[in-house]
Amino acid sequence: MNQSRAIILAAQIAVGAAFLATWQTLVSLKILDPFFVSRPSDIAARIAQWSASGTLWAHLATTLEESLLGLLVGAALGVSLGFLLARSPFLASVLDPYIKMLNAVPRVVLAPLFLLWFGLGIWSKVALAVTLVFFVMFFNTYQGVRDASRVLIDNVRMLGASERQLVRHVLVPSALTWIFSSLQTSLGFAMVGAVVGEYLGATRGLGYVIAQAEGTFDTTGVFAGMTVLAIVVVIVSAGVSRFERWLLQWKT
Amino acid sequence: MTALEIERVSRDFTTPDARSYRAIDEISLAVPAGAFVAIVGPSGCGKSTLLNVVAGLLAPSSGTVRVDGEALSGLNRHATYMFQQDALLPWKTVRDNVALGLTLGGAARADAQSQAEAWLARVGLVDFASHYPAQLSGGMRKRVAMAQNWILDRGIVLMDEPFSALDVHTRQRMESELLALWEGRSADNLGADRKTVIFVTHDLEEAIALADEVVILSAGPAARVVAQHRVELARPRDLMELRTTPEFVDLYRRIWAVLREEVIKSQQVVGARR
Repeated sequence: MNQSRAIILAAQIAVGAAFLATWQTLVSLKILDPFFVSRPSDIAARIAQWSASGTLWAHLATTLEESLLGLLVGAALGVSLGFLLARSPFLASVLDPYIKMLNAVPRVVLAPLFLLWFGLGIWSKVALAVTLVFFVMFFNTYQGVRDASRVLIDNVRMLGASERQLVRHVLVPSALTWIFSSLQTSLGFAMVGAVVGEYLGATRGLGYVIAQAEGTFDTTGVFAGMTVLAIVVVIVSAGVSRFERWLLQWKT
Repeated sequence: MTALEIERVSRDFTTPDARSYRAIDEISLAVPAGAFVAIVGPSGCGKSTLLNVVAGLLAPSSGTVRVDGEALSGLNRHATYMFQQDALLPWKTVRDNVALGLTLGGAARADAQSQAEAWLARVGLVDFASHYPAQLSGGMRKRVAMAQNWILDRGIVLMDEPFSALDVHTRQRMESELLALWEGRSADNLGADRKTVIFVTHDLEEAIALADEVVILSAGPAARVVAQHRVELARPRDLMELRTTPEFVDLYRRIWAVLREEVIKSQQVVGARR
């Protein structure tokens, strides 16, 4: 780590610490009411308590499982349809208005339907995550395939590539750079889908924990759930960034 | 024996406002096997269009291209094509890029890789085999592209202003390396049979220095062949010295007299469009 990055990291920690300290102080001085905004020390204690009793891990595991399944299914569907439509301009023109219409549907209104169709278990949440991930993946794949450089395609064809080899050596890698750069967004969307699904009706998961806490005006519980979610997203994003850098190392 | 015959080839394009535009008009050209032919013309005269038709990437609107006497339909499998822009796959290493044509053709990976190594040695890039194209200089990438094309050992080599993006000195070096490759002058004697080269350029000096024959196209649209000049300079040529010899200067002056007219016309066309 070089010096400027160390300074940035120190400043980042300082901003967070200052925010928490101000929050804690304002509550201690009774300027803010802990009933409405809780306080950092209570939230930390609550997270520690959840973590010690093991309930945190069970809920977190459920949320992560739903997000991951949503990401995988959404990516598989989005990438395949993206490829298909990019290779078939006719099909793309025919389906274009329908894809736009579906993408315009607010996902929250789908949640009750999914609950009805797939039940209270994980699959209604996976379905919600899929509807979010699918479109990000679809649009990026479509763009990536359409954007593949003409001269690369011509060159590989002149070198003797069949249609299948062209897809494998040029179109897929070219689309992959787009797909991977959308992985961060997709992952965030998958978690949003899972948590919103849990929030609206579930028996497990972080969204469920937050909803339960809200139901009893337990603001500490709400903030604790949000904090855990935020920390998990930061850690997972860092992991995805590394993976992305490793896969796209040829870009240097 | 003729390797390549271009018979009254025309190619039309449709402009965005739905008008028809003729890029090249009834071009005929016979290229003997093993000849190095340079095609020169003002920019926008359809040189690349002609090359794309010979490559089979574009179908002619009328006319025929014959390769070894057979009419071409679809891609020209007797030719390789070196593009003006970088056409290496950025996600493959230098070694895999050079081996690409062989692996596409179904060669065993180990075999393709060892041949690629041999070609990288020829173009002086053995130490860069595991690098990615983005890590190389422009000149190095051109050498990789040459190796990628020549490893296939096809009879015809098409080149579309391959060195135009390079600085003057790198460019001269690449020209020398190209001639060495074509003349089979390297230490080993891989590919001793001379390939038929069609080299498109807008630079007359480069054309004369490299080629046996210089073909001048007229200003577009509807470009035609306006002149063909034989270049009787002895081979092997020393490109560092050649350009100042009296024979070269004399030839340059004579061909430039023809090309100059076309360049002026092309500028008038551009001026009229504005």
